[in-house]
Formats: sequence, structure tokens, C-alpha cells
Amino acid sequence: MRFRTAVPAAVAVLGLLTGCGGADMTRQASPFADARGAKTVTLSVQSWVGAQSNVAVVQYLLEHELGYRVDTVQVDEVPAWDALSQGRVDALLEEWGHPEQEKRYVTDKRTAVPAGGLGVTGHIGWYVPTYLVEQHPDITDWRNLNKYAPLFRTAESGGKGQLMDGSPSYTTNDKALVRNLKLDYQVVFAGSEAAQITQIEQFAKERKPFLTYWYTPQWLFRKVPMTEVRLPPHREGCDADPAEVACSYPHTALQKYLNAHFARSGGRAAALLKRFRWTTEDQNEVSLMIAERKLSPQEAARKWVDGHPDVWRKWLS
Amino acid sequence: MATLGIPATRTALPRVLRTRAAAKLLLLASAAVVLVPLATARWGGGTWPHALTVDLSRPLATASGWVIDHRDSHPLFLYFFGYVSNAVVISVRAVYLVLLAAGWAGVTALGALVAWRAAGPRLAAGTALALLACGALGMWVPTMQTLALMAVAVLASVLVGALLGLAAGLSDRMDRALRPVLDTMQVLPAFAYLLPVVLVFGIGVPAAVLATVVYAAPPMARLTALGLRGADSEVLEAVDSLGATARQRLLTARIPLARKELLLGLNQAIMMALSMAVIASVIGAGGLGDRVYQALASVDVGAALAAGVPIVLLAVVLDRVTGAAGDGVPAGERPRTIGRPHVLAAAAAVALAGRLLGRLDWPGSWTLGIAEPVNRAVDWMTAHLYSGVPVVGGTADWAGRFTTWVLDPVRAGLQWLPWWSVLFAVAALAWLIGTWRTALTAALAMAAIGVLGVWEPSLDTLSQVLAAVAVTLVLGLATGIAAARSDRVDRALRPVLDVLQTMPQFVYLIPVVALFGVGRAPAVAAAVVYALPAVVRITAQGLRQVDPAALESARSLGATGRQQLWQVQLPLARRSLLLAVNQGVVLVLAVVIIGGLVGGGALGYDVAFGLAQGDLATGLVAGAAIVCLGLVLDRVTQPTGRRAKKGA
Repeated sequence: MRFRTAVPAAVAVLGLLTGCGGADMTRQASPFADARGAKTVTLSVQSWVGAQSNVAVVQYLLEHELGYRVDTVQVDEVPAWDALSQGRVDALLEEWGHPEQEKRYVTDKRTAVPAGGLGVTGHIGWYVPTYLVEQHPDITDWRNLNKYAPLFRTAESGGKGQLMDGSPSYTTNDKALVRNLKLDYQVVFAGSEAAQITQIEQFAKERKPFLTYWYTPQWLFRKVPMTEVRLPPHREGCDADPAEVACSYPHTALQKYLNAHFARSGGRAAALLKRFRWTTEDQNEVSLMIAERKLSPQEAARKWVDGHPDVWRKWLS
Repeated sequence: MATLGIPATRTALPRVLRTRAAAKLLLLASAAVVLVPLATARWGGGTWPHALTVDLSRPLATASGWVIDHRDSHPLFLYFFGYVSNAVVISVRAVYLVLLAAGWAGVTALGALVAWRAAGPRLAAGTALALLACGALGMWVPTMQTLALMAVAVLASVLVGALLGLAAGLSDRMDRALRPVLDTMQVLPAFAYLLPVVLVFGIGVPAAVLATVVYAAPPMARLTALGLRGADSEVLEAVDSLGATARQRLLTARIPLARKELLLGLNQAIMMALSMAVIASVIGAGGLGDRVYQALASVDVGAALAAGVPIVLLAVVLDRVTGAAGDGVPAGERPRTIGRPHVLAAAAAVALAGRLLGRLDWPGSWTLGIAEPVNRAVDWMTAHLYSGVPVVGGTADWAGRFTTWVLDPVRAGLQWLPWWSVLFAVAALAWLIGTWRTALTAALAMAAIGVLGVWEPSLDTLSQVLAAVAVTLVLGLATGIAAARSDRVDRALRPVLDVLQTMPQFVYLIPVVALFGVGRAPAVAAAVVYALPAVVRITAQGLRQVDPAALESARSLGATGRQQLWQVQLPLARRSLLLAVNQGVVLVLAVVIIGGLVGGGALGYDVAFGLAQGDLATGLVAGAAIVCLGLVLDRVTQPTGRRAKKGA
């Protein structure tokens, strides 16, 4: 009897609370947003430290200069696109190029909008530690890699040389490259950037040879100097067919994207995120403080903001 | 955490059973003689034949595309999933706002007073200290977010679980129908089904809460059913004789009688929801889990630990408090507790005082920086243990040798075996330990893996599981025996086991890589760390529950300590030991999958890939294969008549 009235009542209350009619899946903010009347911006953070640096600096400025509250959500790029379109996050600050997602969400569904470049150029490649290049100067050409394969052998690579790849969220053609360039290598996936960095640091500590998928801009280069291995040069469209790829990765101008609704009505926060644009050196400075000196992202951001008022003043105006 | 009640087997294995096992063996052997030549002639050896696979990648890709394209227009989403999602968001938000409004002083006071009422002053002090520690580690706001999410998830799990349990407890037919469903839900590694939830709800809190409910509801359902079925029949008859209606009988007799099981179910739901809170951070759940996950990204073990410790503290406190509440002492007889109105009044007073003093937020200057010393300790450890340790060699050498001498041969062996012989072996093992039904389930699940086209990676994962289980059992049984034989060891182990069992796996993934390098070895190591406590606990408890009379008579016959152990205690604790194996296997599988994040490859990597790239085809197929593998492993190690809970 109690149940009989309780259930319709609950449904009615729910209906009132959620607004009658359909529930819009594109307006789904985080329940932790806008608590206590503060305006909240939710930023997505990707797993690499460069992305953390972007977010840390923007977060610091939003909180200390504009009085917003900032929530961050750790999420990989492709799910971040999805979250962006649903309004779960307001911004994606470092996009490495996902044409399929861009077409779906920007062109077709119009739930996300481009917000200009980040000012940083990204590049993926194969890298060996510089101390290895000093011993074997010709190792930086892909044609010589087979000669050196025994150097890179590990327990995981099964008699071949080990090419270490990273997180499953990264764009990679490495399996196809190894096959199409007829290299005597086994791609071993570290499974996360954290595992990959940890392994690279351990190798470097002992000055062991290693060959790894890696990318710039990245703070780790300051700690473990690495040299890129020359792959066959990149030409427009040479990586169109994933099975036939036999060329190096392109240089990508990294992009920012905002949730369409937020871009229209996000006020000063949206304006700041659109104007936010800095250089590779700036980003690396913050990244190094976070990852190497183990400062918290907020502290690192505060140090950078204190030192570079001329850069960020422009973003506020 | 919560203790398992395992009735000690009083009689040794009866002769009938032995002859039955022998008969099974004989039958299996003759079946093999007939079938093996046939199978060799028909299919030859090696991997699962391509002709018997079904390629699901196209339909799955179409399905995920459809969902994404229709999520904001189709009525199914507008009028059903959208409401579910909104309801979750609104309730989590409501709890979160209340917690924030109470301020840190109010929440701490409320927690402590509730603990006092449920479990006495000692746990009240513990609760207060734990909550203050969360603040002191600089984790107040994330802790409140996690608590808000947990409160809603646990409430939903308890409701769903209690409803299912009610159905199963009152109707035999429902019980039979639900049992395989609950079994399957319990062997599902959580990591495997994040993807479909994310697809429908998108990343964030609703998806996290729903995934948690799937994970945490089964133990509640099972314990509810158990409690209802276990109600004393004499009491029920007495109630009947008083002319009670069915509803009255349920509400006044059966449910109150099942109180203990219900509270144990609540306890289990809380524990599982907490462990899920961290895994759910992969899909953007926020809170403490997200802090752990973000720290992992910048390879910062210290920061991960700072967020991991509050999780451990919450788990221990919640476990002890709900455990004490479930111990069965009626509230009136408990010494030195306080009344419900007092609890609320005092908590409200403290919250108000905090509010008036303007101290709602945790003061920033009151935080302890543990990250830096922890990182220094981890660096020191890995720098000195990784390689070049005299005589024993560094951990990297061990890992290399383990990979070359154990993991590689096991994997090569499994992948070399003809597929039909794997099916046959699985069926035979399951039949020997259970019934023909378990054998059929196991064989079908194994065959499903082949049909899905992931035979090779699944056997790779299986080889890691087998290696990790072997290591876990050797270490776990030895430690368990030590704990059973010495009270001092037992007491010293208890907090260690608590921490190992509740510490989020993400915290120790990085140290494990730093010690063992990238590959399958760190995945195995992480799995061993996670599964060890359950095995130790079940072993120790099983040995302790061995009938003292049997031990006494052995002693009077002049048996030495070693003889007592091998000839009396271990055989009599056989059921517990089998349960320990079973739990070890299920828990190891759950973490070996997460090992995909540190180079474990195989199915774990595929699931992570599916999540990261939104690739339903890869992720879902791998997830389904993991579920099948879980079923196989559970069935071939399932002692007949087992009714235990995941997570022990």
C-alpha cells in the first residue's frame, strides 16, 4: 500500500526534477559541477603530461583570475570527443588528429566546435637513446635497424628486437610499419604511458639499448635524451590505408575543441579557452615541473604563471 | 574483509565418492581413446579453426555507430536511459551538496557518531581519525565525491540486490533461473564491461554508478536469498499459526530473521562498490579514483598513494562498522551506545558550529605532503633492486627468467595443444570436480572463446592466470598455514592483508613496472599481490575451523606437528582449500586483465584498447572472452555446493 503510492510519486518527482518530456543526453553535466553557486568549467585531461600542463595552467587562470571552479576528468582522446559532445566536459585542449571523430561531432552533429590551435606542434616517431647513437651512429636509419635487432631483444620480444609502443589510446601504425618495412622486430605494447616512461627510465639508468615509439613535445627528452630514427619520409596520404603504411608519422599542429553549447554561453571562460595558445617550450617547462620535479600541477602552473605574465595576459583581454 | 563461514568437513572423503571419481576417470579415459583419433583425423592439431569463428566486428561497429548517432534523438534514450542518467546525476549531486554543506567538521562528527551508535566508541574514534586523515592528505573534496557516488551506488545495489534476492528467496523457480545469472555476474571482471555502459551513457558518473551496481548487486542478492531461505522453520510455523498473511509473514518474521545476512550483504556491496570506484575512474567517475588515475599518468606513486590511502581507510572503517552492526547484538543490549536523535542533533550542532566559524573547507595549511618521501622511497627501492643485486640477481632478471622459463613455455604449450583437446581437458576437469552441468558450462564457455575468434590471446591470458595462480597458491597457502598456527602471525598479518586487499591496483602498477619492467611479468606480480590476501584468509580460517577433537585425538596418538598438519588439518580443511583456489583464480583473472596497462598484452590490452579508442568490436569481443574465461576458470575450480562471494 505504501509502495503503491510511493512508486508513482517517485516517478512524478523524477519527472518534475528532470524536466518533463525527453531527457536530453547532450546536456549532461557532471554532478560535481557548479556546487555552492560557483561557476564550474569541466576540462578533460589526457593521460600524457603535456595535456596535464595545458589543463593546469588554464585551470589556474580560470580559478585565480576569473573566479571559476574547475573540475578535471581524466579521459582518453576518443572518449573525450564523445564526452565533449554530451557536455560531460567543456573542452578538449590537445587533439592529435582524429578526422573521423571531427567529422562526426563537428560537421555532422554540431555538438563540438573547433577552438583554434594550441600553438604546439606534435610529432610521433621512433626513438633510440642518444647514448646508443654515440656508439652506433648509423642506427638512426631504418635500413640499419635489422642489423641491430639483437641489441633490442628482451624476454617479451621472442627472439626479435623489441619496439616498445605505449598506451592503447595513441595513434600508431607500428605493427604495419614493422611488417611493411620487413623489420625483424616485435611490437610490445607497454599498455600505458606511465608504464612506458617507467621502463624507459629504467633502461636509461643502466644505459641499455632500447627502441621506442615516442612523441614530441615531451618532457622526458630533457631527462633521457633520445634521437629519432629516420623512417621513409611522410607524404600526404601515405598513411591512408592502415595496412599499407610504410612512411613516417606527420607533424601535427595540435588543436583545441569546445562543447558547442559551452562555446556559445561559456562567457569569459570560453573566451579564455579560445585564446589560449602557447609554445612547445612553455608547455615543456610546466610538464617538467610536474613530471620530473613532482610539483603538483597547481604549483607548477602557479610558478609558470608568475614567470610569464606577458604570455597569459593576452588570453584574458 | 568480511569473514566467510566454511563448515568444516567432519568426515573424511567417503569411499563412495572415491569410487565415483574413479568411475569418472575411467569413463573419461575411454572417451579419450575413442575421440582423440577421430578428432585428429578430422581437424588435425593447433589453433581454433577459422571456419568455426563468427566475425562480430562489423555488426558491433554498426551497433556502436547507431547508438552514438541516435543517443540524442531516439525515444529509447530520451525517455529511458536519459532519465536513468539524470536520476543518477541528481541523486549523486544531492548527496554531494549535503556533504559539502555539512563541512568537514560536520561530516566527521556525523561519521563518528553513526559509528558509535552502530559499533561502539572505539570504532567511532577510528572513523573520526580516518576522515580527518583524508583531509590531512589533501583529499577532502575527492573523498566527498567518492562518498557521494558510493552512497548512491550502494543504495541502488542494495535495492536491486534485495529485490532479486527476495524473488530468489521466495520462489524456487526464480532461484533456479537467477542462479546462473548471479554466478556469471560474479565472475565478470569489472574492467570487461565498462565499455558497453560507456557507450550508452557516455563517460562520467552515471556510467560509473551503473557499472558499480552490476558489480556490487550480486552478493546482496545472494545473501538476501540465503537469509530468507535460512529462516528458522519453527518461528515461521508459529507466525503462520497466528494467522499472519503472506505479506505479514515476510515483513514481521522472515526479513527480521535474515537481518544478519542482509547486513553482511550491505557490507559486501560497500566493499565491492569501493573497489569499483577506482576502476570506474577509467571512465571518468571523478573523486579519489580519478586522483589515483591522474597520478598514475604522471608516474607519481606518492600522489597515487595519497589518494589511495583514503580509499583504504574508508574501506576498513566501513567494513568494521557494517560488520559490527551485523554481528547480531540487538541495539538495546549493546553497551554504551547512543540514541539516534542524539546522533543527529550532535552532528548538526558540529556542522553548524563549523559553518559559523567559516570553516567549511578543509584548511589548506593542514595538509601533509606524503608524496615526496614516498617517491624517494620508491626510487631508492627500484634503483637498488632492479638489477645487479649480488647472488640473487635483480628483480628485472627474475622477471626475465620468469617470462622465459615459466610464462613462455606455458603459453606455447597451451597454444600448441589442439583446440579440441583443450575443450576436452576443460570439460574433464570441471566434471571431475563438479557435475556434468558444470562440465557442460565450462566446455561451452571455452568453445565460445573460439567462436569469437580470440582463441590465441585468450590462451595467452590463461597462461598468465595459471602462472599467477600457482605463485599465489604457493605463497598464500604457506602464509595461511603460518597464520593458522600462530595467533601472533595472524594478528600481525591482519592489517597488512586489509591494506593489500583494499589498496587500488592502480597504485602499485607503477612500482611493479619499475621493479619488473614492461611485460607479462609485472601483470602477474600485480595479480599475485591482489589475490594473495583472500587465499591467505580462507586458508587460515579453514585450518582454524578444523574440528579440535580430531586434532586432539591425533595428538594423543603421538603425531608430530608436521604430521598433524599434513594428515589431519589439511585433509579436513579440503573444502576451504578448494575455495581458496577458486577465489585465487577469479581474483587473479580480474587483475591480469588490468595488467594490460603494464604490458600484459592479450585480452587485457584489447579491452583497454576498446575503451581508449571507442572500438566496440575489439573491446566487447575481448570482454566477452574474459567473461567466458572467468566462467571456465570458476567452473573447473568450483567445489561442489560452493556458495561463496566474490572478493571474500
